[in-house]
Amino acid sequence: MKREGLKGYLFIAPWLIGFFVFVLIPFIASIYLAFTDFDIISSPEWVGLDNYKRLFFDDPVFWKSLGVTLKYALIAVPLGTVVGVGLALLLNLDIRGIRFYRTAFYLPSIVPMVASCAVFSWVLNPQIGLMNSILRFIGIEGPAWLSSEPWAFYSLVMISLWSVGGSMIIYLAGLKNIPMSLYEAAVVDGANAWHRTIHITLPMLTPVIFFNVIMGTINAFQYFAQAYIMTQGGPEDSTSFYALYLFKRAWRYLDMGYASAMSWILFILVMSITVLLFKTHKKWVHYENGS
Amino acid sequence: MKARSPLELTRKQKWLTHAILILLCIPFIMPLVWMVSTSLKSNEDIFPKAEQAAVTFSVSSLFPREPQWKNYQDAWQTGPFALYLRNTLFLCTLNVIGAVFSSALVAYGFARIRFPGKDFLFILLISSMALPRHVTMIPMFTVFKALGWYGTMLPLIVPAFFANPFYVFLLRQFFQTIPSNLAEAGTIDGASEFRIFSQIMLPLAKPALITCALFQFLSTWNDFFGPLLYLNDPQQYTVAYGLQQFMGTHGSEWTQLMAAATLFTLPIIILFFRAQKVFIRGVATTGTTG
Repeated sequence: MKREGLKGYLFIAPWLIGFFVFVLIPFIASIYLAFTDFDIISSPEWVGLDNYKRLFFDDPVFWKSLGVTLKYALIAVPLGTVVGVGLALLLNLDIRGIRFYRTAFYLPSIVPMVASCAVFSWVLNPQIGLMNSILRFIGIEGPAWLSSEPWAFYSLVMISLWSVGGSMIIYLAGLKNIPMSLYEAAVVDGANAWHRTIHITLPMLTPVIFFNVIMGTINAFQYFAQAYIMTQGGPEDSTSFYALYLFKRAWRYLDMGYASAMSWILFILVMSITVLLFKTHKKWVHYENGS
Repeated sequence: MKARSPLELTRKQKWLTHAILILLCIPFIMPLVWMVSTSLKSNEDIFPKAEQAAVTFSVSSLFPREPQWKNYQDAWQTGPFALYLRNTLFLCTLNVIGAVFSSALVAYGFARIRFPGKDFLFILLISSMALPRHVTMIPMFTVFKALGWYGTMLPLIVPAFFANPFYVFLLRQFFQTIPSNLAEAGTIDGASEFRIFSQIMLPLAKPALITCALFQFLSTWNDFFGPLLYLNDPQQYTVAYGLQQFMGTHGSEWTQLMAAATLFTLPIIILFFRAQKVFIRGVATTGTTG
C-alpha cells in the first residue's frame, strides 16, 4: 500500500512540481510584492500598505478601469449567454442544411484572436471599412468605431459576440442531452413549442448555462488582448480594462509592486463573484435527481 | 414507417427558420468574406475614388476585380512570416508533446492509483484553473528573468511539461472509463505501472489524447500574451505576435494585412474541417461534464 502511494505521487509529480513552481510560490510571492516598491531591476522595497492606499485614494484610472471591466462583464456576459442559447435553440431544429448553419456560426470562434483583431480594425475603419460603407449605403454616416466614445467599448462587446460560437456549441451539446421522452410527455399534455422551451428546454439547460456564465465572468475580468491590440485603452481610457491597466502599470511603468496589489484586488473580486454566483445557483440551476 | 417526431416543424415554420438563420449568418460570415476579398484586392480597389472622401458599399465590392496574389507574396516577405511560422510550429510541437504526455501521466495517477491526499490534490488542481493569470504573472516573470530566460523561448516551452489541469481533468475521466481488468492483466504479467500506462492505457486513450493535442496546438498557435511578455528578438516572434507587430508597422496596408490574417487563419480552418469531430467533441465535453 505504501509503495502504491509513492507510485501515485510519482505519476502526479509533473503537475505537483509545476503547481509549486508556477502557481503556489508565485501566488505567495505576489502577496509580498504587493506590499513593496519593485521595478524588476532593483530588489523590492517594503512600503506597507502604500500601494493599496495609492490605488484606492490617488488613482482615478484604477477606478475607471474597474468600472469599464464591471460594465463589460455586466453587458458582454449576459448578452453572450442570450445570443449563445438563442442560436443553439435555432440550430437544434430539424431542418435541411443545419450542419452548414452550425459551421457558419461556429467558424468565427476558431479564428485566431490576433487575426480577428486585424479583421475588425479593417471592417470598422471609419472611412473605408465594410461596416460604415454598408451604413452609408442605407444613408447613415457611422461613427469612428474604435476611436470614439462610447463606440470603442461597444465595438469590443460586438467583437466578443462575433465569437459566441464556442459557447453556442456547448449549449447545443447540452440540448442534445435532454431526453426526448420529456418532450413527448409534454406534447401529450398539449404543451406548445413556447411552453416546451420555457418549462423543459431552458430549465434542463441551466447547468450548462451556469458553467458558461461562470467561465464567461472569470474571462471577462481578465479581458486584455483585444483592447491592447485594437484600442490601447483609448479613447480617454474608455476601454482601459482592468487587466490592460495592470499590464501597463507593470510593463510600461515597471511599477511591479503596484501591479501586484492590483492583481490581488482582481483575484479577490473574481473569487467573490464566483462564490456569489455559486450561492445563487441553487435558486435557478436545475439538477436531475439532485446530483 | 418512421414515426413523426412531436418536434417536427411544419413546412411554413421550416421556411421561416431558414430565413432567420440566413439573415443571422450574415454578420458572422461577412467579416471573413471581407478579409479574404480584401486580401486579393489592389489599393485602388479599397480606397475611394479621387473626388470622394469615403467608400459606399456595393455588391461588386465583395469581389476583387482582379485577384492580386502578389499581396500574399508581399506580406509573406515583409512579415517575415516564413520565419514566424517556423517559430510557431516549433513551439506548437514542443507544447503539444509536453502538455499531452505530462497531463496523461498525471491524469492516470489521479484516475487509477490510490494514494493519500488524492481527493484534496484533485480539488486543488481543479481550483487552480480559476486563478487569474495576472496574480502569478509578475513573480513568474521575475523568476524567468533571473534565470536568464527573458528573450528566449524557454518560458513559452518549459511550463507545458508540467501538465495542464484542464487536460488532466479530461483525460482522468477517460482513464476512469477503461475497464480495470485490462490493467489487472498487465499486473499479473508483472508489468510495471509505467508500462501498463504507456503500453495499455495510452493507446486506449488515443481519442482523448488527440482532443488535448488539438486544444494545445490551437492555444499555442493563438497565444499572444506569452510572446508579448517574453520575446524581444524579432528572430523569435511567432505568427500571432508577428501579425500584431505587422498591424503596428504596416497598419494602413490593408490588403497585405488581410493577406497575412488569411494565411494565419487558413490552417486553423482547414484543421477544423479535417478534424471537425475532434473539435466538437472536445468543446462539448468541456461544458457538459463540468
